[in-house]
Amino acid sequence: MPEIVKTLSTDVLVVGGGGAGLRSAIAASEANPKLSVTLLSKVYPMRSHTVAAEGGAAAVTLGHDSLQAHFDDTVAGSDWLAEQGVVDYFVKHAFEELVQLEHWGCPWSRQQSGEVQVRRFGGMKTERTWFAADKTGFHILHTLFQTSLKYPQINRLDEYFLLDLLVHEQRCYGVLAIEIASGELVQIKAASVILATGGAGRVYQFNTNGGIVTGDGMALAYRHGVALRDMEFVQYHPTGLPGSGILITEACRGEGGILLNKEGYRYLQDYGLGPETPLGKPQNKTMELGPRDKLSQAFWHEQQQGRTISHPQGEVVHLDLRHLGQRYLLERLPFICELAKAYVNVDPVKSPIPIRPAVHYTMGGILTDANCATSIAGLYAVGECASIGLHGANRLGSNSLTELLVFGKVAGREAARVASEPHPEATDALISKLTEQAVSPLKRLHSGNGTERWHELRQQLAESMEQGCGIYRCEAGLQQTLSTLGQLQHRYQQLRLGDTGKAFNTERLHALELGFGLDVAEAMCQAALERKESRGAHQRQEPGLTNRNDQDFLRHSLAFYQAGSGARIEWQTVDTSLSPPAERRYGGQPQTDKPPKESC
Amino acid sequence: MPTLAIRLQRYQPEQDNAPHWQDFRVEYDDSTSVLDALEQIKAGQDSSLSYRWSCRMAICGSCGVMVNGVPKLGCKTFLRDYPKGLQLAPLGNFPVEKDLIVDMSRFLDHLTAIKPYLIAEAAPPSQPHRQTPAQLARYKQFSNCINCGLCYAACPQFGLKPDFLGPAAIALAHRYNLDSRDSGKAERMAQLNSDNGVWGCTFVGYCSTVCPKGVDPAAAVNQGKIASTLDGVIQWFKPAKEQSK
Repeated sequence: MPEIVKTLSTDVLVVGGGGAGLRSAIAASEANPKLSVTLLSKVYPMRSHTVAAEGGAAAVTLGHDSLQAHFDDTVAGSDWLAEQGVVDYFVKHAFEELVQLEHWGCPWSRQQSGEVQVRRFGGMKTERTWFAADKTGFHILHTLFQTSLKYPQINRLDEYFLLDLLVHEQRCYGVLAIEIASGELVQIKAASVILATGGAGRVYQFNTNGGIVTGDGMALAYRHGVALRDMEFVQYHPTGLPGSGILITEACRGEGGILLNKEGYRYLQDYGLGPETPLGKPQNKTMELGPRDKLSQAFWHEQQQGRTISHPQGEVVHLDLRHLGQRYLLERLPFICELAKAYVNVDPVKSPIPIRPAVHYTMGGILTDANCATSIAGLYAVGECASIGLHGANRLGSNSLTELLVFGKVAGREAARVASEPHPEATDALISKLTEQAVSPLKRLHSGNGTERWHELRQQLAESMEQGCGIYRCEAGLQQTLSTLGQLQHRYQQLRLGDTGKAFNTERLHALELGFGLDVAEAMCQAALERKESRGAHQRQEPGLTNRNDQDFLRHSLAFYQAGSGARIEWQTVDTSLSPPAERRYGGQPQTDKPPKESC
Repeated sequence: MPTLAIRLQRYQPEQDNAPHWQDFRVEYDDSTSVLDALEQIKAGQDSSLSYRWSCRMAICGSCGVMVNGVPKLGCKTFLRDYPKGLQLAPLGNFPVEKDLIVDMSRFLDHLTAIKPYLIAEAAPPSQPHRQTPAQLARYKQFSNCINCGLCYAACPQFGLKPDFLGPAAIALAHRYNLDSRDSGKAERMAQLNSDNGVWGCTFVGYCSTVCPKGVDPAAAVNQGKIASTLDGVIQWFKPAKEQSK
């Protein structure tokens, strides 16, 4: 039985060392320099998945752009499921946050004049995406990490794994963590806790995500009664590499890349995104610069109609960058050139890159208010793990990096405020009791009685989600996946670990992550099943459900945890106070959504 | 599917007195990376095998490992290039914690020591600095370091003397020193001028050879030596009052 070996205490505890976590930790330190801030992460911060973001971060920058336009693009991109007050706050604070990052040393790409350069991005009316070549997330993450080293009050716990939250009567008193190197349990008391634990894309088989993106924080908040909102909206990025799912940035299309089917035809014009734009003259919100949901759906239709290309690792279409020329590609998209060469043996200067959609981002997450507060006092959530309401049914590329900064600052400031005010402290007896409850899953894992292996279960989870809860969904498919998830939950109780050691027992961590993933996947599927309409990234195939239905579903889904029996769904009103629902339009053509062929 | 022999260095701190070798066979095709091979072993043959990884796309810097004695990223090294089989060991010059996992804390300490952040007069709060592409180009390559530690595994000096700041930390200091927005060079020079700074380097240059991201830490060290020399000369001629400031 694992024993608690260390007890720590801090004012503000940030869980997660990615962009949102680092920005929160810095904001908390600046809000009240007397506070102790602890940054706990299961990996060294610079390994966090923010590192893999490529394309850029959005903020209104050019003279002819406007906050209203960024707001409108984001709300339309969300298929009117974004919280409009939150979007309004976001667009107003985006620019200052990117400037702040510039003042911290971020190597943004520049114009000849020395001013910051912006590029086109999907679903955005105007060029407003700041970038650092095609490694924007990498540079943002390293800039934040390096800047965080300036603050002596930030104490890092690198390679500590979040096992559970210590919650009693709707208040969070801290967390229980595993020090990965020793395998020992560590109790950390905190006045406020910020979850910045990232998304859950690894519950799918084909995804652009790092191995660490396993929904840990989402699952833990959910188990303690916080709703997961809008979980049915899972973003498939239209351009991942076949096999691995490695991300090929949307910036390729922002810079003028085109998508071709097996006939060499720019098929997007058949899906309400045309008219075809001349080669080398990309137009905002048109063709390849349509939003991600529409592009991934168009691929699905092309595949159904046999117009995709067979590749040793599955069906693909081509992303053609050749007309951009070597010099431009190496300046703007050097990482893409490196990735294509290493992972599919293609030189984008000479040949098109084979690509397919891959799960990229969870639009939904831990329900928070506009101040990043959850329904549990002292518990905050921010970044991809959270649902503050910015992305609705479909996120626009380059809004999420900015989100980490804008709302990371808010979360840090709020958590610092709460920690600075008088707040109740838990007795040692209460902490012991909560800890006792929190270690029970570990006890079970170590009992050695089971027969099931984590990697088989994880594989089946990923396949089943891809199968039943993918780009297009139907009741039968979703029911099948839910039933598989139920079986996997049952088998999960019978897990047996081959590694019985404590130090760096990564098998144990993978097993715990699998447990988180199963709960999050159930919330995704149940919400998808009950949303009987098509909106943004959630598309239903059944007759009558293929269109948006504002009458019944202009609402957020809220998934509540029920131990042992999947998710319970409730519905929540959407803030549409600033922009009434209207038709989403891209390209120069009237909307012509294709009803999907029934294949369920 | 063809198979390939992999000899792995194992070390389980709770059982083993010292590292030892263990042989495995893995299936592979043209796309199988060393990281994929490790996952195959962990999933199907020995679940206690431990190694770090995350992004699978050579940007997070987690999966550094010695491949036939050469430091490499596991996710960007392919079995197809080793038809005679390969030998995997934890990154050299770092203490081993378990199997392929090494203790990176000294590396982190060195990074922290050189003050790797912009030290500047407060800029006008609402606008970015100007920085031309030419100014950006001066330091850009040094900002591409992913902190994977391969250059430390390649550095004989770090192996002999772990207090040596090492290639990545010196390159990072250089990155900020070269940034047109920075004025913190004087604060960093104390570290760079010290025995553990640029003068510790014996200029083998292997660090730059193994870098998976095309960063040239050896150039940073060399340019740092010039800066350090100039710094020394300037200190020599400065009035005492200013030196003590």
